[in-house]
Amino acid sequence: MSRIAGRFQQLAAQGRKALIPYIVAGDPVATVTVPLMHALVAAGADMIELGVPFSDPMSEGPVIQKAHERALDNKIRLRDALAMVTEFRQHDVDTPVLLMGYANPIIRMGYAVFADLALEAGLDGLLTVDIPPEEVADVNAELHRVGMDNIFLVAPTTPDARIQAIADQASGFIYYVALKGVTGAGHLDSDDVAHHVGQIRSHTTLPVAVGFGIKDAASARRVGATAEGVVVGSALVEHIAAAAAAGGDNAALLQAGAGLIAEIRAGLDGIAS
Amino acid sequence: MTTDVTGTIFSSVPDKEGHFGLYGGKFVAETLMSALAELEVLYRQLADDEAFQRELDHDLAHFVGRPSPLYEAKRWSDRIGGARIYLKREDLNHTGAHKVNNTVGQALLARHMGKRRVIAETGAGQHGVATATIAARLGLECHVFMGEEDIRRQSTNVYRMKLLGATVVPVTSGSRTLKDAMNEAMRDWVTNVDDTFYIIGTVAGPHPYPMLVRDFQCVIGREARAQSLQQTGRLPDALVACVGGGSNAIGLFHPFLEDESVAMYGVEAGGHGLGSGEHAAPLSAGTPGVLHGNRTYLMQDEDGQIMHTHSVSAGLDYPGVGPEHSWLKDIGRVNYVTANDEEAMQAFHSLTRTEGIMPALETSHALAYAEKLAATMTPEQTIIVNLSGRGDKDINTVAEIDGINFQES
Repeated sequence: MSRIAGRFQQLAAQGRKALIPYIVAGDPVATVTVPLMHALVAAGADMIELGVPFSDPMSEGPVIQKAHERALDNKIRLRDALAMVTEFRQHDVDTPVLLMGYANPIIRMGYAVFADLALEAGLDGLLTVDIPPEEVADVNAELHRVGMDNIFLVAPTTPDARIQAIADQASGFIYYVALKGVTGAGHLDSDDVAHHVGQIRSHTTLPVAVGFGIKDAASARRVGATAEGVVVGSALVEHIAAAAAAGGDNAALLQAGAGLIAEIRAGLDGIAS
Repeated sequence: MTTDVTGTIFSSVPDKEGHFGLYGGKFVAETLMSALAELEVLYRQLADDEAFQRELDHDLAHFVGRPSPLYEAKRWSDRIGGARIYLKREDLNHTGAHKVNNTVGQALLARHMGKRRVIAETGAGQHGVATATIAARLGLECHVFMGEEDIRRQSTNVYRMKLLGATVVPVTSGSRTLKDAMNEAMRDWVTNVDDTFYIIGTVAGPHPYPMLVRDFQCVIGREARAQSLQQTGRLPDALVACVGGGSNAIGLFHPFLEDESVAMYGVEAGGHGLGSGEHAAPLSAGTPGVLHGNRTYLMQDEDGQIMHTHSVSAGLDYPGVGPEHSWLKDIGRVNYVTANDEEAMQAFHSLTRTEGIMPALETSHALAYAEKLAATMTPEQTIIVNLSGRGDKDINTVAEIDGINFQES
């Protein structure tokens, strides 16, 4: 069983929801990423989604676009993100880590090389924004060779029949994109999310995590009521960037990130007011 | 059906997933997949629908002003001394470039889909103007995304779009040029996909765009082929067109692909020269990758990050290229070459002075290569150059390069 599947099974047994923070590798400074991953885990994260910086992050709103730009300015590329996973694994062999990014850096590296390096680094899964099921055969062959999960997005616009085609290619979990839009946009409609999550469940037994639009404990709790997990991206990235902009050192950035995740953890566990 | 030396049937691409050999496809966020599928289904229906084709032909004749002339550039050809050069006068279309052929077609699709809002990306501003124009005519809300750097370079086109009632949205991310405008247009589309039609201006982007933009632009080559036969009694020996995303080139080339005697040259922007690294020539100096929804040749670094490009012409300043061009390069049917900034500027002045036709700086790249090519050919041979757009929009850039400081009053 993959580390991701194992983690969801463990959480289900405990009656808890997965909290999955997203940060961009190398943002706002390169040295903070690995300590931040550990701090997020200590604050209650169940899995880490590490963004791979890309020059043209087409699905991101302004907050995460800027994070990609900062990380690129810090010279962080796909190989560096994988090195960060390696470093993280020296002190944490339990928490699943997935890379989220765009197709081109992986294509440029080569699917087989990527799969080998990812296995060596201790990565658990890959989520690409722009490789749909129609184009995924080659990359999946390599990921499956090394036992790596490929996490797919399902959108509010995904027709019922297509959910099945996506589920057939997916493993680990399904990521439901709660909004039509870019990351960090708009407000969640929990009824709508519940409806779509239900639709996904009619096609797959994979756990469902919901992302886009989850900003705080309240929104996490609403979504957590219907899904197995929540992803927190823009709110976290913005929180950490604000601490950096205020002149905070790495310790302050860790505190900012961990503080928000602890709050959301409490909300998800239903113990926050 | 004729096939080329590799046995490829040119009309068989793209396949049903939008592939031109290894290239093309649909590499976009899941949210857009159903909109693309819907567009493809509608387009395939309408492409065979006589009423739709009549409507399109009517607009092309009476709104765009087609057919555009095929004009023999006699003085320019004499001066070069070689092949006779004919210009396909897309600059004479309404709005001054080939872009309108496609926007008229896509706007009709938008209307058939009941979308009241259209968006577009633009580099030189010609596609933005063409989109704003058709939106004004059909009463559609129009938002055009344009890089800040291009807004500066193409201020008159920005004003034209505003006069036409469009909202011009400045894009400040990345290199602030066409690639970033396309990113921003994609972000808008993913947010407003229910009521918005994205009018892509070139033969790039996710399937079905490279196919449908090609189909709408093929009117250029169909006319040119018939006009050549009528005026010279034969097919041309060579075709030359500039390639940014590649829509004017594919429009001219495609109807001739099965004519084996016709050589084709796609001219990319050489910028300060390929050796300088400052250019926009992915087919000449790039490698395959995925950007903006399709697999194609790209200007990218060893880590797969997209590189900043440079060209004197905003419309060619793009790190990718339409996937069909990538395929045509690999199978060897089209030759892809470059002209640098300086050569394009010289051709701009040369054609303006000898023919009284002021070409766009994008087009000037094609003219620069055509000059070289013609000189190696005989007066019995002919070349058709796609005169894809007029140069009025570029006079500020030309004046700046030539060190002329005039005040606008």
